[in-house]
Amino acid sequence: MIRKWITTNRMTLTFVLLGLVIFLFIVVPLGKMILASDPAILLDTFLDSEVMRSIWLTLYAALIATAVGCLLGVPLAYLLARANFPGKRLVEGLIDIPIVVPHTAAGIALLFVFGRNFMVGKAFGAIGIQFVDSMAGIVIAMLFVSIPFLIDSAKEGFRKVDVRLEKVARSLGASPWQAFFRISLPLAWRSIVAGNIMMWARGISEFGAVLILAYHPMIAPVLVYERFETYGLDYARPVAVLLIMVCLIVFIALRMLVYQKEK
Amino acid sequence: MIKIKNLCVDLGDFLLYDISFTVSEGEYFVVLGPTGAGKTVLLESIAGLYPIKSGEIWLRGKEVVRLEPEKRGVSIVYQDHALFPHLSVKDNVIFGLRLRKEKHQEIKVTLDWITDLLSISHLLHRKPETLSGGERQKVALARALSTKPKVLLLDEPLSALDPETRENLQQELRQLHRVLNITTVHVTHDFEEAIALGHRIAVIGEGHLKQVGTPEQIFRQPNSEFVARFAMTRNIYLGEAVHKANGDNIFRIEGTEFVSAADTEGTCHASIRPEDILISLEPIRSSARNCFPGTITGIIDKGATLYITVNLPPDISCLVTRHSFEELELEEGKRVHVTFKASAVHLF
Repeated sequence: MIRKWITTNRMTLTFVLLGLVIFLFIVVPLGKMILASDPAILLDTFLDSEVMRSIWLTLYAALIATAVGCLLGVPLAYLLARANFPGKRLVEGLIDIPIVVPHTAAGIALLFVFGRNFMVGKAFGAIGIQFVDSMAGIVIAMLFVSIPFLIDSAKEGFRKVDVRLEKVARSLGASPWQAFFRISLPLAWRSIVAGNIMMWARGISEFGAVLILAYHPMIAPVLVYERFETYGLDYARPVAVLLIMVCLIVFIALRMLVYQKEK
Repeated sequence: MIKIKNLCVDLGDFLLYDISFTVSEGEYFVVLGPTGAGKTVLLESIAGLYPIKSGEIWLRGKEVVRLEPEKRGVSIVYQDHALFPHLSVKDNVIFGLRLRKEKHQEIKVTLDWITDLLSISHLLHRKPETLSGGERQKVALARALSTKPKVLLLDEPLSALDPETRENLQQELRQLHRVLNITTVHVTHDFEEAIALGHRIAVIGEGHLKQVGTPEQIFRQPNSEFVARFAMTRNIYLGEAVHKANGDNIFRIEGTEFVSAADTEGTCHASIRPEDILISLEPIRSSARNCFPGTITGIIDKGATLYITVNLPPDISCLVTRHSFEELELEEGKRVHVTFKASAVHLF
């Protein structure tokens, strides 16, 4: 009986086993770290103002990066989904580069534009905004490495909206703006929200680029790194656990919110 | 009303060129052509939704090539209805009215009027995805008509429907046009649909207009091989349908009487598909009610199959395989018999 089942479902069985390996690979380290933590130490960490400040800073800076990315990225995503122009493939390819570049390298590249002695950095410096070792620096580092996720997701969303829906809207008296805001945007909404969540998540988890551009004020990933370097594993772990827990809670809540609205 | 002059549109793979025709006020104008002939793009050009290469488009005496689509007063209905999936039926229908910032009272009056006209009042709170194909198309029509456009463009509005719904909606379109008398351009690849609805028909193919004329002109006097192939491989007649005392339903044409299973009366069209007709050398005794002698007057060779035109009169086109063609030794001038069932005679 069992042998027969195994022979007829050999492929399913193989895939389940292979899948299980990678699934456990993801879950076990995270689970062990959370479960092996001493609740008392966790509470101490939770009350450590430096830790909490860095976690809030991380969430907040990633949120600003996402808002800026949404404002600038969604229109571009729409253009890429709708318009055909020479070099479009190249543009799409360039947009995805931050995903493949090592993030420390990305940080250095950003430094060359936004650093105090460089063009854009100087211009912003004149109006009192500087990027090195500042909140603004954290935001642009996060923006740079996470924007491709938002653009790609929004682009797919717009692509799935039938162009003819926009055309019908136009023939019924809608201006291009009205057709966009009443038809295309609501219909691509889910993909855009998903892209925003992805971008925010990617921003929160960013380390390399932020490290180069703005070591201070310290975001949580940098704090974990610093505690690990200075005090060792035992001091770094509770901060990491806390960061993971906060992220998990936020993302589960967001997902539930989005899916509930769907129903 | 609509005047198209030397219109040229680039479709990427090919050009629509030298398109010129006029549609008068209140006319139901059908553009007939095979799939992929650029019919949709022609409609979108009139609506301002597709950029044209050159030429002129006049609407109500005004050149509109540079006018935005939202200012042309032209509504379009697509084959797959293109309802806004995130809006209810009601919000779909009043989409155009809301944009105009009309008062609630006015919107309600128009909504009641158009939903009554199309009998879709009971669907108002449903989402498009829960509607049947026919209902969706009616909602799309209501949405298009709600803004009281000067011109209605229909892009294969019946093609995505099952045969029964298609027939009903075809009736509805004719009825609607009778009531509203709105200038309509309807594109289709269906010859019967074109004949049934069009005051005039334009046949489009190979990138340009082949012929423009009344349905009778198109299928009686095709001016080119292309139109002929569209018309001659089908049997369509204009005649008189009557009920006989013995209960038979008869369609009279040029002295011949076809028995039909349909129960239409009065002047109408009849169509018989060439593949529904048998050719034999001797009369056949069978349950088929129509059997007539005639003379072969034409043969169109399509390779594996052939269209044989037999004069009864009228001329009737029959589809035979090459095998039968050779076995029966068919040739022009030969006397044969044609047989078909009453249910093969479609009246419309």
